[in-house]
Amino acid sequence: MSGVASAAGGKTLAGYNFAYLDEQTKRMIRSAILTAVAIPGHQIPFGSREMPLPYGWGTGGIQVTASIIGADDTLKVIDQGADDTTNAVSIRRFFSKTAGVRTTESTREATIIQTRHRIPEAPLAEGQILVYQVPIPEPLRWLEPREVETRKMHALSEYGPMHVQLYEQIATFGRIAATYDYPVMVHGRYLMRPSPIPKFDNPKMDRNPALQLFGAGREKRIYAVPPYTSVKSLDFDDHPFSVESWEHCCGLCGAGASYLDEIVIDDKGGRMFVCSDTDFCTQRQAQGFRGPLNSEAAE
Amino acid sequence: MYVAVKGGERAIENAHKLLAEERRGDPATPEIALSQIDEQLSLAVDRVMTEGSLYDRALAALAIKQARGDLIEAIFLLRAYRTTLTRFGASDPIDTAKMTIRRRISATYKDLPGGQVLGPTFDYTHRLLDFSLADEAAPALAAEVPAEPGSAMPRVADLLNQEGLIEEEAPGEDAAVGDVTRNAMTLPANRDVRLQLLARGDEGFVLALGYSTQRGYGRNHPFAGEIRLGEVAVEFTPPELGFPVTIGEITVTECQMINQFKGSAERPPQFTRGYGISFGHCERKTMAMANVDRALRADDLGEEVTAPAQDEEFVLYHCDNVEASGFVQHLKLPHYVDFQSELDIVRRLRADFEARRTGEAAE
Repeated sequence: MSGVASAAGGKTLAGYNFAYLDEQTKRMIRSAILTAVAIPGHQIPFGSREMPLPYGWGTGGIQVTASIIGADDTLKVIDQGADDTTNAVSIRRFFSKTAGVRTTESTREATIIQTRHRIPEAPLAEGQILVYQVPIPEPLRWLEPREVETRKMHALSEYGPMHVQLYEQIATFGRIAATYDYPVMVHGRYLMRPSPIPKFDNPKMDRNPALQLFGAGREKRIYAVPPYTSVKSLDFDDHPFSVESWEHCCGLCGAGASYLDEIVIDDKGGRMFVCSDTDFCTQRQAQGFRGPLNSEAAE
Repeated sequence: MYVAVKGGERAIENAHKLLAEERRGDPATPEIALSQIDEQLSLAVDRVMTEGSLYDRALAALAIKQARGDLIEAIFLLRAYRTTLTRFGASDPIDTAKMTIRRRISATYKDLPGGQVLGPTFDYTHRLLDFSLADEAAPALAAEVPAEPGSAMPRVADLLNQEGLIEEEAPGEDAAVGDVTRNAMTLPANRDVRLQLLARGDEGFVLALGYSTQRGYGRNHPFAGEIRLGEVAVEFTPPELGFPVTIGEITVTECQMINQFKGSAERPPQFTRGYGISFGHCERKTMAMANVDRALRADDLGEEVTAPAQDEEFVLYHCDNVEASGFVQHLKLPHYVDFQSELDIVRRLRADFEARRTGEAAE
């Protein structure tokens, strides 16, 4: 898709600093990021600012991106895996307006990828930074609503209740029913919430060469998974971790191993499955791959 | 055949144009001026300044206009602007005892030094729609101004303090005051942080919580010791000068609630205080805030914590309407990736269920 224009580098919004935040704030956030990198998976409180986008719409990720982005960076923003979803468009525009950076839809070209709900299908490389937008950073929150308690539980590695919850699902349903936001252990120490990515993406976090940063604006927390860090999805020996799978392949590019969006195409139960990662799908089609429902294939 | 489910750049642009059009309304109606909002919707401006944590009437009026009268949206606009402003330092504490009073009432004394001054209030008006206001040329009524306004008006709490009947409010150590706009809150929070969050907190939420304390959920017998409205000077002591300089004057509303306290092993029975303050005239907010402030002191005073209004973590994490509004409304954003995940598991669970049932039926 070529609908997104790349802005020329350097030009920023009159009356505002480069990338919106003032330099002091950026330093404060970078210091929180460094602490987070030093203690993988541990949530670091930071003085989250009010951003001109609403809380819950990516303010944490935007602040992290604003603090690390430079004029020579190339930014990609995805929501639900797609570059053309409205909120991704809005955040990408925010940065081309306030930082004047180059933007891209290509996973490979990007130096910083800000994401909501997905990890790109294409493998990431050293030097790339994946910035996650996080609504609720605390993995134990649904078990214990109180921050004072959950902080204690982390300090004591008291993660038994989470295992019990997964076990209860097995007892009730015969399988682990957690689907997205599936809890992971980072570097064998901290239980971490991978932001609501589908568990399909969890294995991609493990020993990923890219730096993974997580920003939760409303909850004022930053956490990180440094490159090549172990990230293990919780499971049991007799109920190993497994991911979503489909009986279909992508209707457009024919991919059989990507995360698929289900699209309702009529009111008679008609469904079509397409890659959630639009860049991945477009690249494959450019390489000549065709899915069963691609009109060009039908010709 | 591929249904375009994902929106794009053009859709956003058009939505913004449509919004601008809706905001303006019928072009035949004259555009509203910021001064009209400031002067004639002044209580809306007061609320937006208070919860937006920025004292600037013109900017608040602009935010209200841009937000089409949606005050929470206006508060959001003001906050997002405020956060970009340079911080020069903190002013000296304002002294409300030196306020130029426009309104001052006490429910605990029939009369007191300085007297009761009703001022501009909806209290005692009959809430009958005044159809004469529909006539745009309605003449303004001139109010009688008291001959000698603002003679000495000591604060009611200070009067009680002379007898030692109310807890001493220590001026606080020299430690820097917390700043909820710059630092993440840690729990337990100190009172400075609590009061900041309550002052910025949503009027409706704080009102409901304050109300709940009066209905038995953390009851603490409040009396409106004093409510005062007026202008106070804001002073700033530049470090290089070392003496305070007045940098302006702001309007504030202050409420001191007086509450019973039965005493404990360490403390004699005495009255305790709940405190509320706002920019401009936000009387309902300051009264509710004072109730909630007092309720949140339960732990400090050794009272049993049983009600939502006494639960610091619950109150402080949920009182901010910009946070709440954003997060509730983020549900509008696409969630189809996660939903797909849920579809997958529900289908599997249903298949398991069916398999079990047919298995059982076959046995």
